[in-house]
Amino acid sequence: MKKRRLVMRTVILLILGAAVAYTLYANFSKDKVHKVEMGKEAPDFVLVDMEGESHRLSDYKGQGVFLNFWGTWCKPCEKEMPYINNQYKQFEDQGVQTLAINISESNLAVSKFLDRHNLDFPVVIDKDGQVRNAYGIGPLPATFLVDPEGKVVKYHTGTLTESMVREFMEQIKP
Amino acid sequence: MKQVKCECGHVNPHGTVLCESCGRVLVEEEKSKKVVDMRYEGSARRSQTYNKTIIDKIWNFFSSVKVGVTLIIITLAASAIGTIFPQEMYIPTTEPASIYYESQYGFLGKLYYVLGLHNLYSSWWYLVLIASIGISLVICSLDRVIPLYRALKNQKVSRHEGFLKRQRLFGISKVDELDHSYELVKEKLESKRYKIREENGDILAEKGRFSRWGPYINHIGLIIFLIGGMMRFVPGMYVDELLWVREGETAVIPETNGEYYLENHKFVLEVYDKDSDNEAFANAIENNGMVAKNFQTDTTLYKKSAETVAGEEPILDKVEDYELRVNEPLKFEQFALYQQSYKLDELNQMHFALTNKETNEALGDLTIDLYNPQDEYDLGEGYKVEVLSYFPDFEFDENSEPVTKSRIPNNPAFVFKMFTPEKPDGEVSFVAIKQTIEPFGDNDFKMTFKGVETKNVSAITVRKDLTLGILAVGGFIFMIGVIQGAYWNHRRIWLRRVDGEVWVAGHTNKNWHGLKREITGILQGTGIEEPKDQLDEKEK
Repeated sequence: MKKRRLVMRTVILLILGAAVAYTLYANFSKDKVHKVEMGKEAPDFVLVDMEGESHRLSDYKGQGVFLNFWGTWCKPCEKEMPYINNQYKQFEDQGVQTLAINISESNLAVSKFLDRHNLDFPVVIDKDGQVRNAYGIGPLPATFLVDPEGKVVKYHTGTLTESMVREFMEQIKP
Repeated sequence: MKQVKCECGHVNPHGTVLCESCGRVLVEEEKSKKVVDMRYEGSARRSQTYNKTIIDKIWNFFSSVKVGVTLIIITLAASAIGTIFPQEMYIPTTEPASIYYESQYGFLGKLYYVLGLHNLYSSWWYLVLIASIGISLVICSLDRVIPLYRALKNQKVSRHEGFLKRQRLFGISKVDELDHSYELVKEKLESKRYKIREENGDILAEKGRFSRWGPYINHIGLIIFLIGGMMRFVPGMYVDELLWVREGETAVIPETNGEYYLENHKFVLEVYDKDSDNEAFANAIENNGMVAKNFQTDTTLYKKSAETVAGEEPILDKVEDYELRVNEPLKFEQFALYQQSYKLDELNQMHFALTNKETNEALGDLTIDLYNPQDEYDLGEGYKVEVLSYFPDFEFDENSEPVTKSRIPNNPAFVFKMFTPEKPDGEVSFVAIKQTIEPFGDNDFKMTFKGVETKNVSAITVRKDLTLGILAVGGFIFMIGVIQGAYWNHRRIWLRRVDGEVWVAGHTNKNWHGLKREITGILQGTGIEEPKDQLDEKEK
């Protein structure tokens, strides 16, 4: 009977402990929970670039995709653009595609920005925020890495250095 | 395993004070008392003796009511402290929390921020406190309700003399016609709806036992309530988001998987009017100036009718038109949309005229959509304006370069190049609100500001709360427990024949006055004397 009591108490305490642990864990990860889970299929989208060409994410299966969310007004975004451009040129032939998704700005603002920075990779504008919503984008810049199978393998917010961009692209090389 | 075998033959768990069956006092120190402690029926509620393993130690810690009450007091104090200054989520977004608290409330504000009290209700230690109260509730209840149930279930009709003698209400009488008196007493007890058990000529009359379960039912309700609170953290159970929609804009509603869209036709802010509204308001309007009467957004809810990929123009089916007012939410599926806030007169379009500075002659008007400006505006007859740069939210940065703070046109500025037949190479002018800079010397032409068009923006709360049902059930059970414990009393009356005398004892969990009155009524005319309140005697 004494043994049974110990087992009962242990079981009850374990259940209560598990509930508390889960609540604490859920509370502290709630700000970090993303719509897009690592290892899961990246939400598909189709957006038109400044040359009028459509880019559909699922069409790039078999290639890694470096997805960069940005804004012309965002200083850190502006800073990392040249790094992304340099690495884009290195990895373009190795099966890594780069797509820069502008969040809901005017064509004028984006095209003036592109004129200033001479960027070679396709830049698309998410006019009505659907893609931003699907990816749950908060502060900019935000970068997603999509592997050749179309799965999200990394999410990063904040400025990238050139070596980070290289490392990231290396990671999704087919 | 040490168990206590009472002289009556009943085997009690270790730590029992009063035998579950006959009520004999089993603990020496209790024997010296005149009146026994009847809480939990003298059962072995907290087996302090099983203090050997760590599990037992944790268990015994939480099973203490003192610990539980201390936890509740600490939590109450902490909750109160959290209301001294506003929590971080309620401070204006214009200043970061690290600066806001100090600038607003001085040293105490800084202390508040440094100690992390600005995020008190989601801090780990606050959650641990709440969780500990939950654990304490479960363990305290289990540790008491099970022994109590056992004791009440096992109680014998003929209780030991030592038990009866030590009841608060106790008396001994000598009655000649005892059998007759017994019949009378039984009749009266029954009419008072007592349940009567008889054994060897002894009587146990009992009623309202279920009142004893009130506190535990109440605790079950509380625990369900806490579980409901915990469920808010489970993804998909609880949504509380803010959606800003401009007039004329259709926006995707967050957390609906891109399924639902909301169009804002118009935002309306109405104020009370001295002339057209009730005269009684006239004074108040005079004193306070504007008094808001209505905040309203005229909306249309759409549902996406076909699968489209994000970024594609969605195909939308209208669900309904709705006038969204404060406290009149638009409900769909499990969501509710509330009118939350607004921003009046956000810049949307600007009108300019290309003007000859000398003659003041207007050579053509242009309207710039601040959300989608064109590269150039052809005014005909050789007049043309090109937009070289656009800064929707203009400011000068640390290098005195014009930059934009955001993509929202709060303070638009442009660099124009004006082409005219007189100046075919163009003149450059920087135009912001109330300032014009001509970086390459004096121009012959200028862009004259003609006016703006504005739009209102509505802020709408998107809420979904699947835990409300659980909270309601928890609250309901809680109230049942309260009622059960508060409006019923557990009363027991014992009659026992001892050597030709009759011993009467009474016990209730509360409202002794009521029990005494009932006993008076029952014993009247039976020849049995009313039992005395031994606590009263002590005082005398």
